Amino acid sequence: MEDKRRNEQYNRYIQSKIPKTKAWPTLFRSFVIGGMICLLGQGINDLIMLGFPQISQTSAWAYTLVCLIFLASILTGFGVYDQIGKYAGGGSIVPITGFSNSITSPSIEFKSEGIIYGICVKMFTIAGPVIVFGVVSSVAVGLIYWVIGLF
Amino acid sequence: MEREQTLIMKRKPRIIGNYAIVGPKEGQGNFGKYFDYVMKNDYFGESTFEKAERKMLESAISGVISNAKLSPKDIDIMVGGDLLNQIISSSYAARAFEFPFVGVYGACSTMAESMAIGSVLIDGGYCNNVVCCTGSHFSTAERQYRFPLELGNQRPPTSQWTITGAGACVLSMNGDGPKISSVTFGKVVDWGINDVNDMGAAMAAAARDTLLNHLENTKTKVGDYDLILTGDLGKLGSEILIDLMDEEGIDLGVNYGDCGQMYFKREQGTLCGGSGAGCCATIFNSYVMKKFREGKLKKVLFMPTGALLSTTSSQQGDTVPGVCHAIVVES
Repeated sequence: MEDKRRNEQYNRYIQSKIPKTKAWPTLFRSFVIGGMICLLGQGINDLIMLGFPQISQTSAWAYTLVCLIFLASILTGFGVYDQIGKYAGGGSIVPITGFSNSITSPSIEFKSEGIIYGICVKMFTIAGPVIVFGVVSSVAVGLIYWVIGLF
Repeated sequence: MEREQTLIMKRKPRIIGNYAIVGPKEGQGNFGKYFDYVMKNDYFGESTFEKAERKMLESAISGVISNAKLSPKDIDIMVGGDLLNQIISSSYAARAFEFPFVGVYGACSTMAESMAIGSVLIDGGYCNNVVCCTGSHFSTAERQYRFPLELGNQRPPTSQWTITGAGACVLSMNGDGPKISSVTFGKVVDWGINDVNDMGAAMAAAARDTLLNHLENTKTKVGDYDLILTGDLGKLGSEILIDLMDEEGIDLGVNYGDCGQMYFKREQGTLCGGSGAGCCATIFNSYVMKKFREGKLKKVLFMPTGALLSTTSSQQGDTVPGVCHAIVVES
Protein backbone atom coordinates (compact mmCIF):
# COMPACT_ATOMS: atom_id res chain seq x y z
CA MET A 1 0.00 0.00 0.00
CA GLU A 2 2.80 2.31 0.97
CA ASP A 3 4.65 1.32 -2.19
CA LYS A 4 1.64 2.15 -4.31
CA ARG A 5 1.36 5.61 -2.80
CA ARG A 6 5.09 6.19 -3.30
CA ASN A 7 4.87 5.06 -6.93
CA GLU A 8 1.94 7.36 -7.65
CA GLN A 9 3.76 10.22 -6.02
CA TYR A 10 6.90 9.44 -7.99
CA ASN A 11 4.98 9.29 -11.27
CA ARG A 12 3.35 12.64 -10.52
CA TYR A 13 6.73 14.15 -9.76
CA ILE A 14 8.19 12.70 -12.99
CA GLN A 15 5.28 14.06 -15.03
CA SER A 16 5.98 17.52 -13.70
CA LYS A 17 9.66 17.14 -14.56
CA ILE A 18 9.41 15.78 -18.11
CA PRO A 19 10.23 18.28 -20.85
CA LYS A 20 7.14 18.93 -22.93
CA THR A 21 6.96 19.13 -26.71
CA LYS A 22 6.21 22.69 -27.77
CA ALA A 23 2.82 22.48 -29.47
CA TRP A 24 2.76 25.56 -31.71
CA PRO A 25 6.12 25.24 -33.52
CA THR A 26 5.47 21.51 -33.99
CA LEU A 27 1.99 22.12 -35.40
CA PHE A 28 3.30 24.84 -37.69
CA ARG A 29 6.07 22.64 -39.08
CA SER A 30 3.73 19.70 -39.72
CA PHE A 31 1.23 22.07 -41.37
CA VAL A 32 3.87 23.49 -43.71
CA ILE A 33 5.45 20.17 -44.74
CA GLY A 34 2.11 18.32 -44.85
CA GLY A 35 0.69 21.12 -46.99
CA MET A 36 3.69 20.99 -49.31
CA ILE A 37 3.22 17.25 -49.82
CA CYS A 38 -0.46 17.83 -50.66
CA LEU A 39 0.51 20.64 -53.00
CA LEU A 40 2.97 18.33 -54.73
CA GLY A 41 0.20 15.73 -55.11
CA GLN A 42 -2.13 18.30 -56.61
CA GLY A 43 0.65 19.38 -58.99
CA ILE A 44 1.25 15.80 -60.14
CA ASN A 45 -2.49 15.32 -60.61
CA ASP A 46 -2.80 18.50 -62.70
CA LEU A 47 0.21 17.52 -64.83
CA ILE A 48 -1.30 14.09 -65.52
CA MET A 49 -4.61 15.68 -66.50
CA LEU A 50 -2.73 18.13 -68.73
CA GLY A 51 -0.56 15.50 -70.41
CA PHE A 52 -3.25 12.85 -70.82
CA PRO A 53 -6.60 14.63 -71.28
CA GLN A 54 -8.30 11.38 -72.28
CA ILE A 55 -8.05 9.73 -68.81
CA SER A 56 -10.68 10.27 -66.13
CA GLN A 57 -10.15 12.25 -62.92
CA THR A 58 -10.50 9.06 -60.85
CA SER A 59 -7.68 7.34 -62.76
CA ALA A 60 -5.56 10.49 -62.49
CA TRP A 61 -5.97 10.38 -58.71
CA ALA A 62 -4.84 6.76 -58.67
CA TYR A 63 -1.75 7.61 -60.76
CA THR A 64 -1.00 10.53 -58.43
CA LEU A 65 -1.06 8.21 -55.41
CA VAL A 66 1.28 5.79 -57.17
CA CYS A 67 3.69 8.64 -57.92
CA LEU A 68 3.65 9.88 -54.31
CA ILE A 69 4.14 6.38 -52.92
CA PHE A 70 7.03 5.82 -55.31
CA LEU A 71 8.68 9.13 -54.45
CA ALA A 72 8.40 8.55 -50.69
CA SER A 73 9.76 5.04 -51.06
CA ILE A 74 12.76 6.29 -53.05
CA LEU A 75 13.41 9.07 -50.53
CA THR A 76 13.23 6.52 -47.70
CA GLY A 77 15.82 4.39 -49.46
CA PHE A 78 18.15 7.38 -49.82
CA GLY A 79 17.73 8.16 -46.12
CA VAL A 80 15.99 11.48 -46.76
CA TYR A 81 12.45 10.76 -45.60
CA ASP A 82 13.37 10.16 -41.96
CA GLN A 83 15.09 13.54 -41.95
CA ILE A 84 11.89 15.15 -43.27
CA GLY A 85 9.93 13.22 -40.65
CA LYS A 86 12.21 14.36 -37.85
CA TYR A 87 11.40 17.95 -38.79
CA ALA A 88 7.77 17.64 -39.85
CA GLY A 89 6.37 15.05 -37.42
CA GLY A 90 2.73 14.37 -38.25
CA GLY A 91 3.02 16.47 -41.40
CA SER A 92 4.90 13.72 -43.19
CA ILE A 93 3.23 10.77 -41.42
CA VAL A 94 -0.42 11.51 -42.24
CA PRO A 95 -0.23 11.79 -46.07
CA ILE A 96 0.11 8.59 -48.09
CA THR A 97 3.87 9.24 -48.32
CA GLY A 98 4.07 8.42 -44.60
CA PHE A 99 2.35 5.12 -45.24
CA SER A 100 4.84 4.36 -47.99
CA ASN A 101 7.70 5.22 -45.63
CA SER A 102 6.28 2.95 -42.93
CA ILE A 103 6.36 0.00 -45.33
CA THR A 104 9.69 0.75 -46.99
CA SER A 105 11.64 1.43 -43.80
CA PRO A 106 11.11 -1.99 -42.13
CA SER A 107 11.73 -3.66 -45.49
CA ILE A 108 15.14 -2.03 -45.68
CA GLU A 109 15.86 -2.65 -42.02
CA PHE A 110 15.07 -6.37 -42.05
CA LYS A 111 16.68 -7.15 -45.39
CA SER A 112 19.45 -8.86 -43.40
CA GLU A 113 17.02 -11.60 -42.25
CA GLY A 114 16.31 -12.67 -45.84
CA ILE A 115 13.50 -12.09 -48.31
CA ILE A 116 10.75 -14.21 -46.71
CA TYR A 117 11.41 -13.89 -42.96
CA GLY A 118 12.96 -10.45 -43.23
CA ILE A 119 11.43 -8.25 -45.90
CA CYS A 120 8.06 -9.95 -46.42
CA VAL A 121 7.25 -10.71 -42.79
CA LYS A 122 8.44 -7.43 -41.33
CA MET A 123 7.14 -5.20 -44.13
CA PHE A 124 3.81 -4.61 -42.39
CA THR A 125 4.98 -4.37 -38.78
CA ILE A 126 4.17 -0.66 -38.68
CA ALA A 127 1.65 -0.33 -41.50
CA GLY A 128 -0.24 -3.49 -40.52
CA PRO A 129 -2.57 -1.84 -37.97
CA VAL A 130 -3.38 0.89 -40.52
CA ILE A 131 -4.43 -1.75 -43.03
CA VAL A 132 -6.45 -3.69 -40.45
CA PHE A 133 -8.32 -0.58 -39.33
CA GLY A 134 -8.76 0.50 -42.94
CA VAL A 135 -10.37 -2.82 -43.90
CA VAL A 136 -12.50 -3.04 -40.74
CA SER A 137 -13.78 0.51 -41.05
CA SER A 138 -14.55 0.07 -44.76
CA VAL A 139 -16.61 -3.01 -43.88
CA ALA A 140 -18.45 -0.99 -41.22
CA VAL A 141 -19.09 1.88 -43.63
CA GLY A 142 -20.25 -0.61 -46.27
CA LEU A 143 -22.72 -2.13 -43.80
CA ILE A 144 -24.12 1.30 -42.89
CA TYR A 145 -24.40 2.11 -46.59
CA TRP A 146 -26.24 -1.15 -47.23
CA VAL A 147 -28.66 -0.58 -44.30
CA ILE A 148 -29.43 2.93 -45.51
CA GLY A 149 -30.05 1.53 -49.03
CA LEU A 150 -32.75 -0.77 -47.65
CA PHE A 151 -35.08 2.16 -46.91
CA MET B 1 19.42 -0.78 6.31
CA GLU B 2 17.96 -4.28 6.28
CA ARG B 3 20.64 -5.91 4.20
CA GLU B 4 24.24 -5.12 3.46
CA GLN B 5 24.86 -5.39 -0.24
CA THR B 6 28.46 -4.25 -0.27
CA LEU B 7 31.38 -6.64 -0.57
CA ILE B 8 34.70 -5.23 0.63
CA MET B 9 37.66 -6.45 -1.42
CA LYS B 10 40.46 -7.79 0.75
CA ARG B 11 43.10 -8.20 -1.94
CA LYS B 12 41.95 -5.25 -4.03
CA PRO B 13 42.15 -6.35 -7.68
CA ARG B 14 43.71 -3.87 -10.06
CA ILE B 15 42.50 -2.62 -13.41
CA ILE B 16 45.59 -3.19 -15.51
CA GLY B 17 44.20 -2.56 -18.98
CA ASN B 18 41.41 -0.65 -20.63
CA TYR B 19 40.14 -0.17 -24.16
CA ALA B 20 37.25 1.71 -25.76
CA ILE B 21 36.02 1.65 -29.33
CA VAL B 22 33.15 3.86 -30.57
CA GLY B 23 31.19 4.80 -33.65
CA PRO B 24 31.69 8.00 -35.67
CA LYS B 25 28.95 10.05 -33.95
CA GLU B 26 30.34 9.14 -30.54
CA GLY B 27 33.81 10.08 -31.77
CA GLN B 28 32.54 13.59 -32.44
CA GLY B 29 31.09 13.85 -28.94
CA ASN B 30 32.63 15.40 -25.85
CA PHE B 31 34.95 12.46 -25.15
CA GLY B 32 36.08 11.89 -28.74
CA LYS B 33 39.78 12.38 -28.09
CA TYR B 34 39.94 9.82 -25.27
CA PHE B 35 38.76 6.77 -27.19
CA ASP B 36 41.25 4.20 -28.45
CA TYR B 37 39.53 3.71 -31.77
CA VAL B 38 36.78 5.53 -33.65
CA MET B 39 35.07 3.52 -36.40
CA LYS B 40 34.65 5.20 -39.77
CA ASN B 41 31.06 3.99 -40.14
CA ASP B 42 28.50 2.01 -38.17
CA TYR B 43 28.96 -1.13 -40.27
CA PHE B 44 32.63 -1.57 -39.31
CA GLY B 45 33.22 -3.52 -42.53
CA GLU B 46 30.49 -6.07 -41.81
CA SER B 47 27.27 -6.85 -43.70
CA THR B 48 24.88 -6.29 -40.78
CA PHE B 49 24.81 -4.07 -37.69
CA GLU B 50 24.63 -7.12 -35.41
CA LYS B 51 27.87 -8.43 -36.90
CA ALA B 52 29.37 -4.98 -36.52
CA GLU B 53 28.49 -4.96 -32.81
CA ARG B 54 30.08 -8.37 -32.42
CA LYS B 55 33.24 -7.28 -34.21
CA MET B 56 33.38 -4.17 -32.07
CA LEU B 57 33.36 -6.34 -28.94
CA GLU B 58 35.97 -8.66 -30.43
CA SER B 59 38.31 -5.79 -31.12
CA ALA B 60 37.69 -4.33 -27.66
CA ILE B 61 38.64 -7.70 -26.12
CA SER B 62 41.79 -8.15 -28.16
CA GLY B 63 42.58 -4.46 -27.71
CA VAL B 64 42.36 -4.63 -23.95
CA ILE B 65 44.47 -7.78 -23.71
CA SER B 66 47.31 -6.10 -25.56
CA ASN B 67 46.76 -2.89 -23.61
CA ALA B 68 47.32 -4.91 -20.43
CA LYS B 69 50.50 -6.34 -22.05
CA LEU B 70 49.14 -9.85 -21.76
CA SER B 71 48.40 -12.55 -24.30
CA PRO B 72 45.05 -14.40 -24.59
CA LYS B 73 46.51 -17.45 -22.83
CA ASP B 74 47.00 -15.39 -19.66
CA ILE B 75 43.28 -14.71 -19.37
CA ASP B 76 41.48 -17.03 -16.94
CA ILE B 77 37.93 -15.98 -17.64
CA MET B 78 35.89 -13.33 -19.41
CA VAL B 79 32.74 -11.76 -17.96
CA GLY B 80 30.57 -9.71 -20.27
CA GLY B 81 27.21 -9.02 -21.81
CA ASP B 82 25.28 -6.74 -24.10
CA LEU B 83 21.75 -5.59 -24.88
CA LEU B 84 20.72 -7.88 -27.71
CA ASN B 85 18.38 -10.82 -27.18
CA GLN B 86 20.21 -13.82 -25.73
CA ILE B 87 23.30 -11.55 -25.43
CA ILE B 88 24.47 -12.76 -28.83
CA SER B 89 27.07 -10.05 -29.36
CA SER B 90 29.25 -10.97 -26.41
CA SER B 91 28.67 -14.72 -26.70
CA TYR B 92 29.60 -14.69 -30.38
CA ALA B 93 32.54 -12.41 -29.70
CA ALA B 94 33.71 -14.87 -27.02
CA ARG B 95 33.65 -17.60 -29.67
CA ALA B 96 36.77 -16.06 -31.18
CA PHE B 97 38.77 -16.61 -28.00
CA GLU B 98 40.00 -19.64 -26.13
CA PHE B 99 39.19 -18.60 -22.58
CA PRO B 100 35.97 -19.41 -20.67
CA PHE B 101 33.12 -16.93 -20.86
CA VAL B 102 30.49 -15.93 -18.32
CA GLY B 103 27.62 -14.11 -19.98
CA VAL B 104 25.79 -11.63 -17.80
CA TYR B 105 22.88 -9.31 -18.41
CA GLY B 106 22.38 -6.12 -16.47
CA ALA B 107 21.15 -3.99 -19.36
CA CYS B 108 23.15 -0.76 -19.27
CA SER B 109 24.68 -1.61 -15.89
CA THR B 110 26.54 -4.56 -17.41
CA MET B 111 29.98 -2.92 -17.22
CA ALA B 112 29.85 -2.55 -13.43
CA GLU B 113 28.12 -5.89 -13.04
CA SER B 114 30.83 -7.75 -14.94
CA MET B 115 33.60 -5.82 -13.18
CA ALA B 116 32.03 -6.61 -9.81
CA ILE B 117 31.83 -10.31 -10.63
CA GLY B 118 35.38 -10.22 -11.99
CA SER B 119 36.64 -8.54 -8.80
CA VAL B 120 35.01 -11.18 -6.64
CA LEU B 121 36.56 -13.97 -8.72
CA ILE B 122 40.00 -12.44 -8.31
CA ASP B 123 39.54 -11.49 -4.66
CA GLY B 124 38.47 -15.03 -3.86
CA GLY B 125 41.74 -16.23 -5.38
CA TYR B 126 40.09 -18.19 -8.15
CA CYS B 127 41.43 -16.17 -11.08
CA ASN B 128 44.45 -14.07 -11.90
CA ASN B 129 43.36 -12.14 -14.96
CA VAL B 130 39.75 -11.44 -15.85
CA VAL B 131 38.49 -9.59 -18.91
CA CYS B 132 35.29 -7.60 -18.42
CA CYS B 133 33.54 -6.21 -21.44
CA THR B 134 30.29 -4.87 -22.77
CA GLY B 135 29.01 -2.87 -25.71
CA SER B 136 25.98 -1.62 -27.55
CA HIS B 137 25.12 -0.44 -31.05
CA PHE B 138 22.62 2.28 -31.91
CA SER B 139 21.24 0.52 -34.96
CA THR B 140 20.80 -2.91 -33.39
CA ALA B 141 19.19 -1.45 -30.28
CA GLU B 142 16.80 0.72 -32.28
CA ARG B 143 15.78 -2.29 -34.27
CA GLN B 144 15.19 -4.45 -31.23
CA TYR B 145 13.53 -1.91 -28.95
CA ARG B 146 12.07 0.80 -31.18
CA PHE B 147 11.46 1.55 -34.86
CA PRO B 148 13.31 1.02 -38.16
CA LEU B 149 16.06 3.58 -38.73
CA GLU B 150 14.51 5.08 -41.84
CA LEU B 151 11.04 5.56 -40.35
CA GLY B 152 10.12 9.25 -40.41
CA ASN B 153 9.01 9.61 -36.79
CA GLN B 154 9.95 12.10 -34.11
CA ARG B 155 11.74 11.09 -30.93
CA PRO B 156 10.06 12.09 -27.67
CA PRO B 157 11.94 14.76 -25.70
CA THR B 158 12.84 12.29 -22.92
CA SER B 159 14.44 9.78 -25.29
CA GLN B 160 18.15 9.01 -25.31
CA TRP B 161 20.57 7.93 -27.99
CA THR B 162 22.03 4.41 -27.71
CA ILE B 163 25.79 4.55 -27.87
CA THR B 164 27.59 2.65 -30.60
CA GLY B 165 30.64 1.49 -28.74
CA ALA B 166 32.29 -1.20 -26.68
CA GLY B 167 34.52 -0.99 -23.64
CA ALA B 168 36.66 -3.61 -21.96
CA CYS B 169 39.08 -3.82 -19.07
CA VAL B 170 41.39 -6.41 -17.56
CA LEU B 171 41.28 -7.00 -13.83
CA SER B 172 44.30 -8.64 -12.28
CA MET B 173 46.13 -9.38 -9.05
CA ASN B 174 49.47 -8.51 -10.65
CA GLY B 175 50.42 -5.39 -12.50
CA ASP B 176 49.81 -1.73 -12.12
CA GLY B 177 46.65 0.35 -12.13
CA PRO B 178 43.83 1.64 -9.98
CA LYS B 179 42.35 -0.77 -7.42
CA ILE B 180 38.80 -1.91 -6.88
CA SER B 181 38.19 -1.62 -3.15
CA SER B 182 34.53 -2.54 -2.83
CA VAL B 183 31.54 -3.54 -4.92
CA THR B 184 27.84 -3.13 -4.20
CA PHE B 185 25.41 -5.36 -6.04
CA GLY B 186 22.08 -3.62 -6.51
CA LYS B 187 18.52 -4.71 -5.84
CA VAL B 188 15.94 -4.57 -8.61
CA VAL B 189 13.87 -1.49 -7.88
CA ASP B 190 10.56 -0.65 -9.54
CA TRP B 191 8.81 2.61 -8.74
CA GLY B 192 6.06 2.13 -11.25
CA ILE B 193 7.35 4.04 -14.27
CA ASN B 194 5.46 2.97 -17.38
CA ASP B 195 7.00 5.07 -20.11
CA VAL B 196 9.68 3.15 -22.03
CA ASN B 197 10.94 6.44 -23.42
CA ASP B 198 11.69 7.65 -19.94
CA MET B 199 14.08 5.03 -18.62
CA GLY B 200 16.09 7.65 -16.74
CA ALA B 201 13.23 8.03 -14.28
CA ALA B 202 12.91 4.27 -13.84
CA MET B 203 16.64 3.81 -13.24
CA ALA B 204 17.08 6.82 -10.95
CA ALA B 205 15.13 4.99 -8.24
CA ALA B 206 17.55 2.05 -8.49
CA ALA B 207 20.55 4.39 -8.40
CA ARG B 208 19.17 6.01 -5.24
CA ASP B 209 18.73 2.62 -3.58
CA THR B 210 22.24 1.37 -4.38
CA LEU B 211 23.87 4.68 -3.54
CA LEU B 212 22.19 4.91 -0.13
CA ASN B 213 23.06 1.30 0.63
CA HIS B 214 26.64 1.76 -0.51
CA LEU B 215 27.25 4.95 1.46
CA GLU B 216 25.86 3.40 4.63
CA ASN B 217 27.76 0.12 4.31
CA THR B 218 31.09 1.74 3.54
CA LYS B 219 30.51 4.59 6.01
CA THR B 220 31.52 7.07 3.36
CA LYS B 221 30.06 10.40 2.33
CA VAL B 222 29.50 11.84 -1.12
CA GLY B 223 32.41 14.21 -0.50
CA ASP B 224 34.84 11.29 -0.01
CA TYR B 225 34.74 10.57 -3.73
CA ASP B 226 36.42 12.64 -6.43
CA LEU B 227 33.74 11.52 -8.83
CA ILE B 228 30.43 9.73 -8.55
CA LEU B 229 29.61 8.52 -12.02
CA THR B 230 26.26 7.06 -13.05
CA GLY B 231 25.85 5.36 -16.41
CA ASP B 232 23.02 6.52 -18.61
CA LEU B 233 20.40 8.26 -16.50
CA GLY B 234 20.62 11.04 -19.05
CA LYS B 235 19.83 14.67 -18.48
CA LEU B 236 16.41 14.09 -16.97
CA GLY B 237 17.32 10.99 -14.96
CA SER B 238 20.38 12.55 -13.37
CA GLU B 239 18.33 15.60 -12.32
CA ILE B 240 15.83 13.20 -10.77
CA LEU B 241 18.60 11.37 -8.89
CA ILE B 242 19.87 14.69 -7.53
CA ASP B 243 16.34 15.48 -6.33
CA LEU B 244 15.86 12.02 -4.81
CA MET B 245 19.15 12.23 -2.92
CA ASP B 246 18.25 15.73 -1.82
CA GLU B 247 15.12 14.32 -0.18
CA GLU B 248 17.41 11.99 1.79
CA GLY B 249 19.45 14.97 2.90
CA ILE B 250 22.41 14.07 0.69
CA ASP B 251 23.74 16.72 -1.63
CA LEU B 252 25.14 15.27 -4.85
CA GLY B 253 27.46 18.13 -5.56
CA VAL B 254 29.86 19.06 -8.32
CA ASN B 255 31.57 15.69 -8.06
CA TYR B 256 28.52 13.94 -9.51
CA GLY B 257 28.28 13.23 -13.22
CA ASP B 258 26.31 11.06 -15.60
CA CYS B 259 27.98 9.49 -18.65
CA GLY B 260 24.85 9.72 -20.78
CA GLN B 261 24.30 13.36 -20.03
CA MET B 262 27.90 14.33 -20.74
CA TYR B 263 28.46 12.13 -23.79
CA PHE B 264 27.25 14.28 -26.67
CA LYS B 265 27.43 17.91 -27.63
CA ARG B 266 24.15 19.79 -27.62
CA GLU B 267 24.10 20.28 -31.40
CA GLN B 268 24.26 16.51 -31.96
CA GLY B 269 20.52 16.34 -31.26
CA THR B 270 20.45 13.47 -28.80
CA LEU B 271 17.78 15.05 -26.54
CA CYS B 272 18.39 13.60 -23.05
CA GLY B 273 21.86 12.27 -23.95
CA GLY B 274 23.48 8.89 -24.50
CA SER B 275 22.38 5.50 -23.23
CA GLY B 276 23.15 1.82 -23.71
CA ALA B 277 25.63 -0.57 -22.21
CA GLY B 278 28.42 1.00 -24.25
CA CYS B 279 27.74 4.45 -22.81
CA CYS B 280 29.43 4.14 -19.43
CA ALA B 281 31.68 1.30 -20.65
CA THR B 282 33.43 3.52 -23.20
CA ILE B 283 33.74 6.53 -20.87
CA PHE B 284 35.00 4.48 -17.93
CA ASN B 285 37.52 2.61 -20.04
CA SER B 286 38.90 5.73 -21.67
CA TYR B 287 38.40 9.05 -19.89
CA VAL B 288 38.11 7.82 -16.29
CA MET B 289 41.05 5.40 -16.58
CA LYS B 290 43.19 8.07 -18.23
CA LYS B 291 42.44 10.52 -15.42
CA PHE B 292 43.45 7.84 -12.91
CA ARG B 293 46.77 7.36 -14.65
CA GLU B 294 47.34 11.10 -14.71
CA GLY B 295 46.59 11.18 -11.00
CA LYS B 296 43.70 13.61 -11.46
CA LEU B 297 41.23 11.13 -9.97
CA LYS B 298 41.93 9.23 -6.77
CA LYS B 299 38.62 7.70 -5.70
CA VAL B 300 35.66 7.10 -7.97
CA LEU B 301 32.26 5.56 -7.31
CA PHE B 302 31.20 4.06 -10.62
CA MET B 303 27.53 3.11 -10.54
CA PRO B 304 25.86 2.48 -13.90
CA THR B 305 22.17 1.71 -13.95
CA GLY B 306 20.17 -0.64 -16.14
CA ALA B 307 16.50 -0.76 -17.11
CA LEU B 308 15.51 -4.41 -17.01
CA LEU B 309 12.62 -4.33 -19.45
CA SER B 310 11.97 -6.12 -22.71
CA THR B 311 9.70 -5.19 -25.59
CA THR B 312 7.31 -7.96 -24.50
CA SER B 313 7.04 -6.71 -20.92
CA SER B 314 6.44 -3.14 -22.01
CA GLN B 315 3.86 -4.15 -24.63
CA GLN B 316 2.02 -6.09 -21.94
CA GLY B 317 1.84 -2.90 -19.93
CA ASP B 318 4.38 -3.82 -17.26
CA THR B 319 6.35 -1.15 -15.46
CA VAL B 320 10.10 -0.68 -15.94
CA PRO B 321 12.31 -2.12 -13.17
CA GLY B 322 15.81 -0.77 -12.74
CA VAL B 323 19.03 -2.02 -11.22
CA CYS B 324 22.26 -0.30 -10.27
CA HIS B 325 25.58 -1.91 -9.43
CA ALA B 326 28.35 0.15 -7.90
CA ILE B 327 32.10 -0.31 -7.69
CA VAL B 328 34.65 1.84 -5.96
CA VAL B 329 37.89 2.41 -7.83
CA GLU B 330 40.79 4.08 -6.10
CA SER B 331 44.39 4.73 -6.94
